[in-house]
Amino acid sequence: MSEHKAKEATLKVYRGDGKEGKFETYKVPMEAGMVVLDAIHYIQANYAPELAVRWNCKAAKCGSCSAEVNGHPSLMCKTRMDHFEDGEEIVVQPIKTFPLIKDLVTDVSWNYRVNEKIKPFTPDESDTKEWVIYQEDIERVQEFRKCIECFLCQNVCHVLRDHEKKDGNEQFMGPRFLVRAAGLEMHPKDTADRLEYLKEEGHIGYCNITKCCTEVCPEEIHITDNAIIPLKERVVDEYYDPLGKMIKGIFGGGKKK
Amino acid sequence: MTEAQTETKPGQRPSHPDITQRKDAWWGEPATIATVFISFIIYATYRVFENNYFESGNFLSPFYSPKLVFDWWKFSPAILILWIPAGFRTTCYYYRKAYYRSFFMTPPACAVDPYGKDGYTGETKFPFVFQNLHRYFFYLAALVLIFLWYDAVVSLFKPEGGMQLSVLSIVMFANCFFLSGYTFGCHAYRHLCGGSLDCFSSCTKAKTRFKVWEFVTKLNEHHMGWAWFSLFSVALTDLYIRQVCTGAASPIVLFQF
Repeated sequence: MSEHKAKEATLKVYRGDGKEGKFETYKVPMEAGMVVLDAIHYIQANYAPELAVRWNCKAAKCGSCSAEVNGHPSLMCKTRMDHFEDGEEIVVQPIKTFPLIKDLVTDVSWNYRVNEKIKPFTPDESDTKEWVIYQEDIERVQEFRKCIECFLCQNVCHVLRDHEKKDGNEQFMGPRFLVRAAGLEMHPKDTADRLEYLKEEGHIGYCNITKCCTEVCPEEIHITDNAIIPLKERVVDEYYDPLGKMIKGIFGGGKKK
Repeated sequence: MTEAQTETKPGQRPSHPDITQRKDAWWGEPATIATVFISFIIYATYRVFENNYFESGNFLSPFYSPKLVFDWWKFSPAILILWIPAGFRTTCYYYRKAYYRSFFMTPPACAVDPYGKDGYTGETKFPFVFQNLHRYFFYLAALVLIFLWYDAVVSLFKPEGGMQLSVLSIVMFANCFFLSGYTFGCHAYRHLCGGSLDCFSSCTKAKTRFKVWEFVTKLNEHHMGWAWFSLFSVALTDLYIRQVCTGAASPIVLFQF
């Protein structure tokens, strides 16, 4: 234990806003079980009380403390300091995709505006009986409900991060909202159709399934395999599979409820 | 505490002055994949245009199966077949991730800036919009797979009568096993066999499809592994048969009657 206390970590933290700023280097004493957010709190308490950082639960459940640690989009409260080599300089940056307010705090309100565009859960109004839902019918949706909206997937998605497809006719809804749409589309009691929205407005076609969203998800949701690709296939059913549509037209079938 | 002013180019964010802050060998995976892909493409192209050493007794190379020989076709018969597995792999959801990263650098790795000017349109425009035809290539690849299993079974029979078990036959069966795991773990098939349903418990047919979907999902979880094993197995099977045809290797008969 005493050996841990004797060690010091070096953190290089971005200080500034979206227009100008600098990286400042701080020395932080290591404690057993310490995470990057603890180190940021130490800096706030001892060197820079004005350092802006958003956090809340410190238990990887609120999704507030998203940042980039040594270039990896991650929750600071889930990134252990003993994960780094002794003496390694730890670079802490804000997430890149959204407008920077100050230091490590970004404005993620764009996401809430995208969310409002998704048709909400729409059950059959004539279905007045008590709902009985079997586990196998809801298991896929339950995985998506684990999302804590940390927006790390939105941040790492290169369509939003590098190609800036956030506004106007080219707006891409991003992996977080494809997960939400998948949870609604696969819900056994939902009757709404979101495929036209997914293709024409959410631009699911911009996703080239390079899986970075899945790699950074702290809840380990299989975003690409279980949400985005199944939605892409549903869009194919509707828009790119004339043979399948013809067969369904002759023999019946299609979307089952 | 020390400070370091960041130098940024026009349009670059001061919080993200470099293409990435990642310190790991992020370039290793795309570079390895590009090397393996190029090697395979060179080998496969050579074998297709070699148009020789693909059949010895009852052993037929997977590159030339099913063997289509027509009077009007003066070129290698492999050309008539190989566009099917090539199309299946090119439009495969796993390989798309691999080559978008390795060859198109969109992105080269997670949280690493892309290279070159930004004309990104994802899979919404020609030629990548054709990725949506993956299920059609699945149908055709499944058909080719039937012929490969047939070839493996036929390899147990001696041309002059009687049966034999050779190492080469075992290699051919192993190749079929890996190709089957890859083909039937395909994301498009996972959708077609049951993923398109919203309710798995609604009727007997849906319950049966759920069982198939569950099995395909298990294969699909390791789709990357199946993709690589089957790529290597098909090349090695062809190489072994080529060596047997040239007399450089023997099928190694274990027993016969």
